[in-house]
Amino acid sequence: MSSDVTPMAAPTGALAKPDPDACAGVVELVTEYLEGALDAAVRARFEAHLADCDGCDIYLEQMRATIAAAGHVDVERVAPATLDGLIAAYRSARGA
Amino acid sequence: MASGEPGVTSRYAAAVAATQDAAFQPTPDDVALVAALRDGDERAFATIVAQLHGPLLRLARLYVPTSAAAEEVVQETWLGVFRGLDRFEARATFRTWVFRIATNRAMTRGRRERRDIPLSALLDPTEGPGGPAVDLERFLAPGEQWAGHWAVPPERWAPDAATHLLAKETRALIAAALESLAPAQRIVMTLRDVEGWSTDEVCAALEITAGNQRVLLHRARSRVRAALEQHLATAGPA
Ligand SMILES: [Zn+2]
Repeated sequence: MSSDVTPMAAPTGALAKPDPDACAGVVELVTEYLEGALDAAVRARFEAHLADCDGCDIYLEQMRATIAAAGHVDVERVAPATLDGLIAAYRSARGA
Repeated sequence: MASGEPGVTSRYAAAVAATQDAAFQPTPDDVALVAALRDGDERAFATIVAQLHGPLLRLARLYVPTSAAAEEVVQETWLGVFRGLDRFEARATFRTWVFRIATNRAMTRGRRERRDIPLSALLDPTEGPGGPAVDLERFLAPGEQWAGHWAVPPERWAPDAATHLLAKETRALIAAALESLAPAQRIVMTLRDVEGWSTDEVCAALEITAGNQRVLLHRARSRVRAALEQHLATAGPA
């Protein structure tokens, strides 16, 4: 399935599909590539470009590292007092 | 469940239906969780609140103007969840269902407090900030030979960047970069990359198409990568 939204408006303002043969297009297609959303022909050109371009290879590696690092971010937690209050409300609504 | 709920715009109905077909099989974990919650299991309730409270606050912040209002929306959501447990039909994952309840409550409240913004547009990437993933200055200009190719390519992060990426300081930097994103980009990246949800579940929970989810995720990840690149270049391992 191809995307129903163009990830990026070209500088001219016209909607254009990013070009997998140019580095500026590769950086816009990275997420679709990682999501398995590129059609086979575009994916083949994307991968051929990567095999030949250190900058884009590094870019993809950095995207993967960014995603992995985001998985270690400390997320906002429920305040203990809030949790206690919710458990008390749950107990009176559902408890035995 | 969603079909009767107010606030679900028909615009996304097809996308939602696609992720919510009758063939949906609840996971064993979800079946056990819902059974425990219906049974009054306080530990099960505390666990699910601990897991979802933070992401729900981010969701609520899409629609309401203050963190205090978001906190109230999320607390109301939990009350709605345990009161509505008997009506949960497992046509989507449990946490998707919780998110739908929160969305409805946040939109109801948001309509009261934020009349300036059409709420249905909040998760529409064509309404949000866009721009290229990488500053166009870093590519060779149109007209030049090799136009569109790197002029200033990224530099490989040092071999110990992996450990550096886990450092407390770096995690704080990523958290700050997430905070600086547009709320729609932030909720999508939080669910996918911080919380580890699947594409399908994020689309179902937020009632967005896979295409829109990818655009929001792409913009979010691109900006967070750029923030990390800057950080590792200036404060990188010596
Ligand atoms: Zn390239």
